[in-house]
Amino acid sequence: MCQLHMRRAYRILPVYSGDVSGAAAALFELGGMTVMHDPSGCNSTYNTHDEIRWYDQDSLIFITGLTDQDAILGDDERLIHDIEKACGEFHPNFVALVNSPIPYLNATDFDAISSIIEENTGVPVFYVPTNGCHDYVYGAGGAFRKLAECVVERTQKPDGSGRVNLLGCTPLDFPAEGEVDSLKDRIRDGGFSIGSCWAMGDGLDSLKAAGCGDVNLVVSAVGLSTAKWLYERFGTPYVAGLPLPGFENDIYSALRRAMETGEHQIPYLDRASGGTEEFVFIGDPVCMGTMAAMKSRQGIRARVICPVEAGSELIGEQDAMTRGEEDVEREIAHASEIVADPLYRHICPPDVHFTPEIHFAFSGRMFRRQLVDRFQKKNEENEDGTQ
Amino acid sequence: MLKQIGRDFDPEGAIVSVADANYPLPFARELEFNAPAHGNWNIVHIGMLIPEAHEIYVGSDNCMRGVVMTAAEMNALDRYSTVILEEDDLLDGNLEDVTIEGVADIIRKLPYRPRCVQVYLVCLHHFLGSDTDRIYGELEAMFPDIDFARCWMDPIMQKTGLTPEQKDRKAILDPVRPLPVNPRSVNVIGGDLPMREENDIARVLKAGGFTVRQLPTNRTYDEFLSMGESFLNLCYYPSGDYAVRMMNKRMGRDYLYMPSDYDDEAILRNLNELTGRLNMKEIDPSPWLEERDRALQKARSAVGEMPVTIDYMSTPRPLSLARALRKNGFQVQRVYLDAITPEEEEDLRWLQKNAPELELASTMNVKMRVMPRGTEPVLAIGPKAAWFGGTGHFVNMIENGGSWGFGSMTFIAEEMVRAVKEEKDTRDLVPRKGLGCASCI
Repeated sequence: MCQLHMRRAYRILPVYSGDVSGAAAALFELGGMTVMHDPSGCNSTYNTHDEIRWYDQDSLIFITGLTDQDAILGDDERLIHDIEKACGEFHPNFVALVNSPIPYLNATDFDAISSIIEENTGVPVFYVPTNGCHDYVYGAGGAFRKLAECVVERTQKPDGSGRVNLLGCTPLDFPAEGEVDSLKDRIRDGGFSIGSCWAMGDGLDSLKAAGCGDVNLVVSAVGLSTAKWLYERFGTPYVAGLPLPGFENDIYSALRRAMETGEHQIPYLDRASGGTEEFVFIGDPVCMGTMAAMKSRQGIRARVICPVEAGSELIGEQDAMTRGEEDVEREIAHASEIVADPLYRHICPPDVHFTPEIHFAFSGRMFRRQLVDRFQKKNEENEDGTQ
Repeated sequence: MLKQIGRDFDPEGAIVSVADANYPLPFARELEFNAPAHGNWNIVHIGMLIPEAHEIYVGSDNCMRGVVMTAAEMNALDRYSTVILEEDDLLDGNLEDVTIEGVADIIRKLPYRPRCVQVYLVCLHHFLGSDTDRIYGELEAMFPDIDFARCWMDPIMQKTGLTPEQKDRKAILDPVRPLPVNPRSVNVIGGDLPMREENDIARVLKAGGFTVRQLPTNRTYDEFLSMGESFLNLCYYPSGDYAVRMMNKRMGRDYLYMPSDYDDEAILRNLNELTGRLNMKEIDPSPWLEERDRALQKARSAVGEMPVTIDYMSTPRPLSLARALRKNGFQVQRVYLDAITPEEEEDLRWLQKNAPELELASTMNVKMRVMPRGTEPVLAIGPKAAWFGGTGHFVNMIENGGSWGFGSMTFIAEEMVRAVKEEKDTRDLVPRKGLGCASCI
């Protein structure tokens, strides 16, 4: 009982963005229509706290306005009618149905509903099996994978030229303006080309051709599920990690190694374990793992605490998966320095050195004015000529 | 960078002339869009009106995200906690146990002892038939020194019954218990903002020398509890009326509902009712009327022929305001709302007869996501109207800004002048939650 409560009780910390928000964020830029089957709150939460693009960029993301009577009487007809009507207005590239707690409890048959709408409208429809009980990694990861299953084909064999698909790009992990462009530039700097980016700054046609890539780069935990599917479907290996300044060559080497061997590579897991000081990095395991690997090169023991629903292969033996506030508190009790979103400061030991690393999926828009492009080269000139 | 889909969508179903508008629902209930204008208060903001209280929400991850971030953005995480429900809880039939133990666990971990704990249950508690009496009974037995407010975050019920906001406004007043009656103390409750100085109700109460108790002005829990001594409970904000009526029924005190209105006769009628209840002689409103008329004259001169739009967030009486502004020569072009309240039916009928070309626009219809914004200069009253109109010339106001009566129109007219002269940073302002609360963004 105690263990359960430890996981459930959040005295002061927020929860991460939820699965419904994650799914919507993943599909935002692709010209589809995402429909949350929910009474009210999911869309407002998403567009207020979990979607930095909502104000400036139109996207067809709606809720059904589910009522108690709809739920009790099982009125799926209204849902189907409303979606089909909206399809007639907007002609979206696809429709994604996203679930929330009450329809999950009622076992609403979304696969059947998807088939009916697809048959009646001719628009591809798929169901992202969220239920409001998971985090954004689960939701966004599931949405990308479902989209991949729905649209990706291999129209030509990989030619070995170094064509990379970036998997796991949403503003929940990459919120700073221009950051994904810089990320792409860093990959190109290594002699690679970008096949597709899932899914910021890229259109659905590029994503459809993801099966033609030589190698996939998982840039956040969100991308892992799709990477696994692309491997199962096409045999494309993946690399996990970020080309942060100082770690670019590790990523380039891993990409080449993956292309040569066909085996997955996670270069950031190769960390020195010595040192008396312990640095703890809390957050997305791909980002924090990369930062921990760089820190370990200074002879410092660096651990990753992963509080999101990521695949266990993305963390090392010395790292930990956590669920809930007390779990994290226990893991950081003996840390000498903590690198995490600023809101984690609330539960850090008072004498620990704290380095803020803003994670939009955690603190939302609270620190949006302090966001920085982590992939911009330090000596790169800005457009206005300043450095 | 603004990226709009912006094709020429037929506005049918999303925008309707007032002449053709159905009452009370001018728009069909279909898929819903949510605009990025969030100035209104939600249940977290409302709950924070109780000093020395702690909010605990019990729900699933995705449902908890919006409320905890509301608390975070208003720098109130230390007064907010969460108990997360997981899939197993929905299937195992132990939701009451998880709720009781989770809430108790958090209370024990708090670094301070709250005087009141507001426990927010969710839609799942309804659908799984949770025994709420058992939940609160056990919590009250465990923590007899704490008042528990029985709050809800159950949006699935809001279209067929009371909204969560209405229920929570009631729940947070439940801890107030009757005290010996003080005939010089009046509660003005139900809304979120403190009364402005030019609020006519405030002016009357001040003239009568009454002690005025309002939720937003209480600084301690004891001050909050002292509302139990007031002889009159007065409400002027519609979504708070249910709460005040229930409180009044429980307390057996005098009660007065004075809905906002921009019609002179209605305002006077309400003011006379108020002075009667207070045993005061009738107010001579001529100075307030003169003040208002001067303000309107200045506003008319400043606004000129500029189209004016109004949203339901800025005032609970958008049609009454539209009617009054039309009568005073303003070019009110459009009102943003999704339903028409019974209080506004007469205003609707007047506008249908006297301003049939005025438009009603939905804020939730899916087409409103893609309708062109900012195509012509408008003066917007309210944050949603500002976003839909793509304008920086707007009155950033919710709930009449705490104003009422003749003073309310004076206030709005002065704000309109200011809005014409000074362009606001709409991108920065309208996404902020809970206008009037602290905001760290």
